[in-house]
Amino acid sequence: AFFWLVSLLLASLVWFVSVRLSDRGDARLQHGLLVFGAAVSVLLQELFRFAYFKLLKKADEGLATISEDGRSPISLRQMAYVSGLSFGIISGIFSVINILADSIGPGTVGIHGDSPYYFITSAFLTMALVLLHTFWGVIFFDACEKRRYGCLGLVVASHLLTSGLTFLNPRYEASLGPIFIITLCTGLWAFVTAGGSFRSLLKCLSCKQEDNSRVMTYSALRVPCED
Amino acid sequence: MTELSAHLPQFQHGQLTENFPDNHLSNTNDNSERRRHDNSGRRRNDNPESETNGQPQNNIQQVVEQDEEEDEELTLKYGAKHVIMLFVPVTLCMVVVVATIKSVSFYTRKDGQLIYTPFTEETETVGQRALNSILNAAIMISVIIVMTILLVVLYKYRCYKVIHGWLIISSLLLLFFFSFIYLGEVFKTYNVAMDYITVALIIWNFGVVGMICIHWKGPLRLQQAYLIMISALMALVFIKYLPEWTAWLILAVISVYDLVAVLCPKGPLRMLVETAQERNETLFPALIYSSTMIWLVNMAEEDPEAQRKATKNSTYDKQAPANQTRNEDAEADNGGFSQEWQQQRDNRIGPIESTPESRAAVQALPSNSQTSEDPEERGVKLGLGDFIFYSVLVGKASATASGDWNTTLACFVAILIGLCLTLLLLAIFKKALPALPISITFGLVFYFATDNLVQPFMDQLAFHQFYI
Repeated sequence: AFFWLVSLLLASLVWFVSVRLSDRGDARLQHGLLVFGAAVSVLLQELFRFAYFKLLKKADEGLATISEDGRSPISLRQMAYVSGLSFGIISGIFSVINILADSIGPGTVGIHGDSPYYFITSAFLTMALVLLHTFWGVIFFDACEKRRYGCLGLVVASHLLTSGLTFLNPRYEASLGPIFIITLCTGLWAFVTAGGSFRSLLKCLSCKQEDNSRVMTYSALRVPCED
Repeated sequence: MTELSAHLPQFQHGQLTENFPDNHLSNTNDNSERRRHDNSGRRRNDNPESETNGQPQNNIQQVVEQDEEEDEELTLKYGAKHVIMLFVPVTLCMVVVVATIKSVSFYTRKDGQLIYTPFTEETETVGQRALNSILNAAIMISVIIVMTILLVVLYKYRCYKVIHGWLIISSLLLLFFFSFIYLGEVFKTYNVAMDYITVALIIWNFGVVGMICIHWKGPLRLQQAYLIMISALMALVFIKYLPEWTAWLILAVISVYDLVAVLCPKGPLRMLVETAQERNETLFPALIYSSTMIWLVNMAEEDPEAQRKATKNSTYDKQAPANQTRNEDAEADNGGFSQEWQQQRDNRIGPIESTPESRAAVQALPSNSQTSEDPEERGVKLGLGDFIFYSVLVGKASATASGDWNTTLACFVAILIGLCLTLLLLAIFKKALPALPISITFGLVFYFATDNLVQPFMDQLAFHQFYI
């Protein structure tokens, strides 16, 4: 969350400086600058996600050296999930908390001619974004780990695409629909990347207990540690 | 309200400065652990005639080193647990403060200033305002420094009664008077009809239980809850009575002061901690939040200090037993076993005295776990002043920021990350560290940056419903 905040800070610094240097009166220019600021923000977020990956890798090695059996207690996949989730949570909170706070107060939505569905679409968009960040986190870390830079590029591109689609608001059919499709696809991709499969899903849903009493793998035969 | 300000100085003095000396983290448990390590290691090396099971000296050396390494590994491993143990109370305190600020308008209303900040900020020019706030901050900081030095001097010259009395008066004030005002304002906000008798009952019970928990014995969770509550109350007072620029300046200057006071060799807080460690006492329980109970159940050592005896129970108050032990110094060194225990032992296994030689021999036996405490029970301590200033920062952010919740959340995350980093440094350096500088720096940077840079950006984005 801290890393995401720092990226947001830098991006808003860029935007702020650009606005200061520009002509305030020109509405199109301001709109363009906003789009530019958003694009810079997306790129910075991904950059900081990468930086966080590097930091976690280092910490992982440190944990592995001081643990008893040479393996770190948290797997990289868990770290990827947590990192994605926290990026998503802080991004979602920042997007929606002021809207939520305003929604308590007295007021009428869309009284000046804007869309009356503002709150509900904001809620759905935020949900999609949180989920997307989680999925992107998982895919990103896996791609960095396996050095698949194509996947990395795809993640960045899909983030840019999602953010770009929101520029089509308030034409909600054009933005909400595709964003949810993207969310579903990214979710499936992340599921597959994390090692899931149709079979493992069935196993989970049927709540079958793992039958490991009969066969004992060799690595499980360990000498009890002296204490 | 002016009467309030007039009464405050006397007690404010006491309260303010007592909290400040403990703007530091310490894992004094770890420190005393290591010293016991070193002590027992030395003792082993000094007893060539003790039967050490025929093992040579260097084996024992290796065992000592191995124990120290294990000790460090354990510290790092359980460090994450300690971080969570401190995150929860800091978060709770901040949540209470922010909730109160958002709902009870009393704490955001300007009703005058404390006498420590005599210069007003309602001036015509910006320069005048800046000058006034600098002067206010200077006065406040000098008051704090004077009070801290006074406290350290009192502690050094063992004027425990004075310190104890000072602490009791200020916690009385906090627990009764400030919570009465708080309750009154909450009732006013929610328009709850209440009679004086019920209020008197509630406040009386709250206050008395609080005094007992904080200064004497009580369940750990209850003590922690009370410490959080009084920190929140104190932070609310600061948020109400400190004008804006003064508040930010004070936060900045006090984190610099904290850094200096804890790390410099002649800093007052460092001297306080070192004196406390020399005398093997713990610092005042009313000023420090500790995350676990300390069970100092260890092998009988030759220290005549009956601290061990006194701390076999699970609380943290050392002032009363410390006075007692001075009388008991004259008694024979019975290795920490009480008379009844000795009689029982004599009845069961015959009169075998625990003599210094036998104790030394037992201690000379190499054993893997010199740590007689369960490593999971080693806790971390955080001074209440840190709680207060973290909450002041977040509270001020939620009260006065234009970005509102965004700014509050950003400051919250920044402070927690600062705390995390400080605990990491604590695990590396293993001595008392100031908890304010890193967190307050992050918090201030994030406050000003979010309020001025991020908020317009997010505002524009939300206006057009763009998402990033």
